[in-house]
Amino acid sequence: MADEVSFEFLHTELVSYVLSSTEKDKKPCDLSTLEYIGFSAGYRIIERQTKEWPRFKDELETMKFICTDFWTSINKKPVDNLRTNHQGVYVLQDNAFRFLTRLSNSRQYLEVAPRYVAFTCGLIRGALANLGINSMVTAEVQSMPACRFHIQVQRT
Amino acid sequence: MSRQGTRLDSKKVNSELFTLTYGALVSQLMKDYENVEDVNKQLERMGYNIGIRLIEDFLARTGCGRCYDFRDTAEKIQMAFRIYLGVSPTVANWSPAADEFSLQFETNPLTEFVELPDHCLNLKYANMLTGVIRGACEMVQMEVSAYFVQDQLKGDNVTEIRVKFIKRLEDAIPAGED
Repeated sequence: MADEVSFEFLHTELVSYVLSSTEKDKKPCDLSTLEYIGFSAGYRIIERQTKEWPRFKDELETMKFICTDFWTSINKKPVDNLRTNHQGVYVLQDNAFRFLTRLSNSRQYLEVAPRYVAFTCGLIRGALANLGINSMVTAEVQSMPACRFHIQVQRT
Repeated sequence: MSRQGTRLDSKKVNSELFTLTYGALVSQLMKDYENVEDVNKQLERMGYNIGIRLIEDFLARTGCGRCYDFRDTAEKIQMAFRIYLGVSPTVANWSPAADEFSLQFETNPLTEFVELPDHCLNLKYANMLTGVIRGACEMVQMEVSAYFVQDQLKGDNVTEIRVKFIKRLEDAIPAGED
């Protein structure tokens, strides 16, 4: 069983690899690769974890599972706030997001914060995709280390 | 009807997350580089970057002091694998001069769900591990080289990493300073 620190090291290295490879191509900072890596990991992990389970009743139940149980087990803490407008928008608030707690709390590194949340956006999107929900996940960091994830379900 | 077993096993989820993320990274590298050798190199380099940070965590966590000799180092590396990956490799095949040994793995958590397709038989899938060993040792003034000699992914019975002591690094004074 890999220790959680190992995963943090791997994540840091992932971020730095993706950034250096986009810099090399002289592209503007592109986090979609990072998001995609998260997506594939999330997609596969949910497949493995829920294969023996009965089907989720509806979208809300699936969302609850991803945003509470799944979130708690990968981030070691429950979300601080979860809200929905019942029309396909879910907002998930974490007041001390795992990958941001290692950075300074001041505004100094605020502009690099998106790098450290892109992976998790992908992870959630992938997990939902495997359970049959197409979504768009974005994150917003206003003050470190709090982070807010917006999940917008695509219903077409 | 209430759902049975909604609780996920947090430890298992995290360990799978690690394995699957590593897998996603390797497949991304395969896309980014044309040459498999370059992928191996890049994995090693990333491992090295992890190693130079990981050693600090290791020292803080275990309170280990200086190594008495290279056998001592081997034991510490073995301990680190237990802490960070939850596997205990066997230390074996010492060279007569005691400057080279092997770490043999019955299982490798990184390759749990992996099968190598035919066109990437040269890929050293878990090559990051060798980089971690090199990076971590370098930060405690030891230059070592580490490389895979056997790999279960390629049909060998065990996975084996060979670690060779090269030299002790002295603290170098930056040029122009006395």
